[in-house]
Amino acid sequence: MAAATPAPAHSRQFLSGNEAVARAAWDAGVRVAAAYPGTPSTEILEVLARYPDLYTEWSVNEKVSLEVALGASMVGARALCAMKHVGLNVAADALMTLTVTGVEGGLVIVVADDVGMSSSQNEQDSRYWGRFAHVPVLEPADSQEAYTLTRAAFALSEQFQTAVIVRLTTRVCHVKGLVTPGERETHAPTGFDKNPARWVMVPGHAKPRLPLMFEREAALRAAAEVSEFNVLDAGSDMRVGFVTAGPAGMHVLDAFPDAPVLRLGFSCPVPIERIRALAATVGRLVVVEETEPLLETELRAAGIACHGKDILTRLGELSPDILKPAVSRLLAGEAPELPASPPAQTVFPRPPTLCVACPHLGVYYTLSQLRNVLISGDIGCYTLGAGHPWNALDTCISMGASMGMALGMDKGRGAQDANKKIVAVIGDSTFMHMGMQGLLDITWNRGNVTVLLLDNRTVGMTGGQDNPGSGRDIHGNEAPRVDFAQLCEALGVRRERIRKVDPYELPTLFKALREETKIDEPSVIITDRPCVLIGDYKPTPAYRVIDDACTGCGNCLDVGCPAIHVTRRGQQSKPSGKVVDLAFVRIDTAACTGCGLCVQPCAPEAIVHAQRVQPLSFIRQNGSAT
Amino acid sequence: MSDAITNILVCGIGGQGVMTATEILAEAALALGFDVKKTEVAGMSQRGGVVTSHLRFGARVLSPQIAPGEADLLVGFEAAEALRWVHMLRPGATVLTNVGRIVPPIVNSGRFDYPDDPVGQIAALGLNVHAIDATAIARELGDIRLGNTVMLGAVAGHLPFPEGELEQAVLARFAQRKPQLLEPNRQAFARGRAAVAAARTSP
Repeated sequence: MAAATPAPAHSRQFLSGNEAVARAAWDAGVRVAAAYPGTPSTEILEVLARYPDLYTEWSVNEKVSLEVALGASMVGARALCAMKHVGLNVAADALMTLTVTGVEGGLVIVVADDVGMSSSQNEQDSRYWGRFAHVPVLEPADSQEAYTLTRAAFALSEQFQTAVIVRLTTRVCHVKGLVTPGERETHAPTGFDKNPARWVMVPGHAKPRLPLMFEREAALRAAAEVSEFNVLDAGSDMRVGFVTAGPAGMHVLDAFPDAPVLRLGFSCPVPIERIRALAATVGRLVVVEETEPLLETELRAAGIACHGKDILTRLGELSPDILKPAVSRLLAGEAPELPASPPAQTVFPRPPTLCVACPHLGVYYTLSQLRNVLISGDIGCYTLGAGHPWNALDTCISMGASMGMALGMDKGRGAQDANKKIVAVIGDSTFMHMGMQGLLDITWNRGNVTVLLLDNRTVGMTGGQDNPGSGRDIHGNEAPRVDFAQLCEALGVRRERIRKVDPYELPTLFKALREETKIDEPSVIITDRPCVLIGDYKPTPAYRVIDDACTGCGNCLDVGCPAIHVTRRGQQSKPSGKVVDLAFVRIDTAACTGCGLCVQPCAPEAIVHAQRVQPLSFIRQNGSAT
Repeated sequence: MSDAITNILVCGIGGQGVMTATEILAEAALALGFDVKKTEVAGMSQRGGVVTSHLRFGARVLSPQIAPGEADLLVGFEAAEALRWVHMLRPGATVLTNVGRIVPPIVNSGRFDYPDDPVGQIAALGLNVHAIDATAIARELGDIRLGNTVMLGAVAGHLPFPEGELEQAVLARFAQRKPQLLEPNRQAFARGRAAVAAARTSP
């Protein structure tokens, strides 16, 4: 993809928080930027990759992305890495020691917390890392602050020779607002300073650096006390004053326009004395922070009385409609009158689904037909296999965990699970992120696990980013491509136990799974159809249902494709006296892209091409998987 | 310009163009000099899930989120989705919705029911509801993706600025990015505007 021409400095731009961070990084003269995709942080690198005159990459995981950024910093270049909250768990090993070495070129770690869990497996507060690693944390509240604070983070990083965390939340990343970018600065690398006492962290070198880290932290605390990024709105109603950080600050300003509000853009180390001064002027002090009571705990420890999580939830997002009644109750006043809005209506849930013709549909239809199987799952679109109608995924914890958990299930199982087959399901990108090591553990320790490696040639869930298996780099240019069969063989799986299967061929997939799970050694089944949302996918002619031929058996609905719709329902009495429900169907031919999955379990052969294009013999030959 | 903030909630399903439509509404408000914030809850929306996009504009906008009971206008790209979000509206507010239905697998499997008459249910709550079949209009125009612009045409007369401003924002977007789609979108916008006028005059 060709580099875009950036909008001119000082022009009014309507940017998301992620876009503002990218623009700020470019304006700060960043030379290297790296990330692994993860909601809500993904767009930072997507956007930055379109700017000219810098190096950007998708890294295989967040730890590698931080190490790439650190290496660039070591040679004196400005560097940025971006990740979602759980990504910093992966990168933490590097973080906890780079804080001892410190940095050379400005190094900014942008971490996006999915507060409210729109697309994550947990909710965690990344501000803890600032305390744990003794590095400063900046917390923008909107897009303009995301721009300003990201630029400030580079200056701060070089001034104090430390990595700086910019902590975003979904409500900064995915909010668009007005931003006025400043002038771009250039920043030439200063060169590598060969200095083992600084860069080679062995005990003898690290020990003398620990006191420096704490000295740095003390200096940062002094800087936070006078920072221009900690802004006080003086207010006139002194009954309650607020200390807040991040997007919650905007909600506080909205909800309490007359109150004194101290918004902390530079929130770690906490500017305790500024807060103490505010506390002395107000009746009560309320700390408004998402999600954990970090500031609150530190204020209490410093002897500053305050309220926080005693009146506000520590779960999910805060908003004006949560803040107003909570503060009202605190003042023992009247609860504010709620607007007489229409009552909420009960509407069916609409959980995310797998796409029309998604290759994972074939995998989960097949898994749903297997009995006595434990399915160790992983993180990606295919986690949706846990849902209806498949119910064919039994665990999901963290990136790559399907491997180790499957091995642990195998080694730990008792009589109750002795007859079960253990299957691990993992996507291509998740496998390369953190699954490969788990597979090596399985082969080395002779685990009895069948791995389904779903290679759809992209990072699907985050919107189709490239990875080492797609054969393209972050710009869409050709890049070396991993051969998963060879990789698995190199990790110790015997060549005979590695199969490539087309997930649209249900009988073949079913047979492969049945055979491999019967053999007591590690095996890998690689499915090799691309994600339907990327350019590699080629739609084929749509199918339709011959209305008169449909018997209402509903087998096709078990595939779970969103293009299959029920037209009418009925009931039928079997000779045995048993009454079965019938569901007659049609296919939305505008949505169908002809994968043929639903054709295969259709016993009466009622599903045919909407326009006659080819005989159905290939499907008849293969028969039905059920 | 008054201090009042206009709150518009746009809802639908991943892939329908909810976020793009809200983006165009935002561009129209920006062109008029308003402060604007726009936010989405769309984590896994690409997978057929629920999408809402909040748009707030006025002299100065702080919080980007519309609180329940404070939306002035609800734009529904799908009938049941409009019904799902009515509690976000202030009393007597306006709902503009597509009557087109997207039935998810969870309903097709028989586990849940699609409401019989979502538009009637909304009207029974005392809200001003204007329902048009944007899906059918888009299909008539030859491209289902035009449904998005049909809905914007329907919205144009319900904004605190002249109708032409929104049309200009729509056309500017296509003139810049996909000029070949300019004329179909001009038509789609006009059809949406006409359809909502017809819905308003019908008993």
